[in-house]
Amino acid sequence: MAASGIIFILYVLAHMYGNLKAFSGHDAYNEYAHHLRTIGQPMLPHGNLLWLMRIGLIVALVVHVYSAAALWRRARSARSTQYVMKKNLASSFSSRWMRWGGVTILLFLVWHLANFTIGKVNIQGGETNDPYNLLVDTFEVWWMTLIYLAAMFALGMHLHHGTWSAAQTLGLTNNAKSRRNAKTLGWILAVLVAGGFSLVPIFVLAGVIN
Amino acid sequence: MKVTLKIWRQPDAQTKGAMHTYDLDGVSSDMSFLEMLDVLNEDLIAKGEDPVAFDSDCREGICGMCGLMINGQAHGPEVTTTCQLHMRSFKDGDEIVIEPWRADAFPVIKDLVVDRGAFDRMIQAGGFISVNTGSAPEAHSVPVPRDDAIRAFNVATCIGCGACVAACPNGSASLFMGAKITHLGELPQGQPERDSRVVGMVSQHDAEGFGGCTNIGECTAACPKEIPLDVISQLNRDLQTALRHGH
Repeated sequence: MAASGIIFILYVLAHMYGNLKAFSGHDAYNEYAHHLRTIGQPMLPHGNLLWLMRIGLIVALVVHVYSAAALWRRARSARSTQYVMKKNLASSFSSRWMRWGGVTILLFLVWHLANFTIGKVNIQGGETNDPYNLLVDTFEVWWMTLIYLAAMFALGMHLHHGTWSAAQTLGLTNNAKSRRNAKTLGWILAVLVAGGFSLVPIFVLAGVIN
Repeated sequence: MKVTLKIWRQPDAQTKGAMHTYDLDGVSSDMSFLEMLDVLNEDLIAKGEDPVAFDSDCREGICGMCGLMINGQAHGPEVTTTCQLHMRSFKDGDEIVIEPWRADAFPVIKDLVVDRGAFDRMIQAGGFISVNTGSAPEAHSVPVPRDDAIRAFNVATCIGCGACVAACPNGSASLFMGAKITHLGELPQGQPERDSRVVGMVSQHDAEGFGGCTNIGECTAACPKEIPLDVISQLNRDLQTALRHGH
């Protein structure tokens, strides 16, 4: 869970940072999208770095989901009789919501890829081969922005617990101070990534990006 | 004071259990929780009913024998063992729900008594050091850095009561295991078997049917000895080291 999770953390950080190009306008954003495919040329053929990244992410996704399913199954069989009354004292909501939050993010991923990568669906019926216009057309629709903001809330929660949990799994939090630091890093990444991703849809809806 | 008790009753491991309600009057706030159950049992015996079975031994909070899920909290509302919980933590008229530890690795033997043999088998799988018996070695012949000694002593307070498993939503025994790994791994005497200890204990933990740790932190909040979460990080670190050494 930890190793594949760290791959995702690095990816969402880069993806979020790249998305902010939308604030530089139509041409800059499309140039960035194009450059993702030409990066590394002529050493790498067209689009290859992107595909190498995608393969890495797919492998990480399979490992992450498989591990999560194994943990879920083990937890269910470890307590087949439930308590009549059980209180949660110290656990954060995000830690207890990792599994359903993860399922939410997975469903969103399918939606998101259908929207922007594999399917390229323009909800307003406009052109789909212009990344910037597709982005603006999508987030001008209020309920599309709402879906994305809800997904970013789920992602932020997942990162909040996932970051510290990864540090713990990798054996990096052997004292109280490093434990506090790992939990703080979880908060920082959650706010940075979820907040950073949310800026573009919000500003499109507000009419700043158009 | 008067309390209403909802207690899990199960005649034996094979028979299905259920919650039963008992009204108990004349409870003093100075009574310990187990003394309150003793009073209930005297009532039940006087009425010709089967008394409620529960575990206890030292009743001083140091043996780890007692352990009940009280109102959804392992060992009840205070950070202590069930035997050191007193009725002053409750109010007159309170309803108190009492259940056994719930984990498939801790099967119910009767009522509130569970079989924690899984912990013993985990200790047998690595939670020990091999030393020659006979005359004790000179204590000063093996120096131990002060910080290491303090950490080892702090986690050696684990009494193996099983509250960590009972409180864990995953039913994991990682806090118990981490306490043993850290306790022995911090000391020079624990080094020769350090790798085989962690591999043996983790294998036995999984074979017993405990769940996997997801670092939620309910265990440490329930622990009467306040074992910190960093023992689980230490457990993971030691496991990585052992695997790197080819175990």
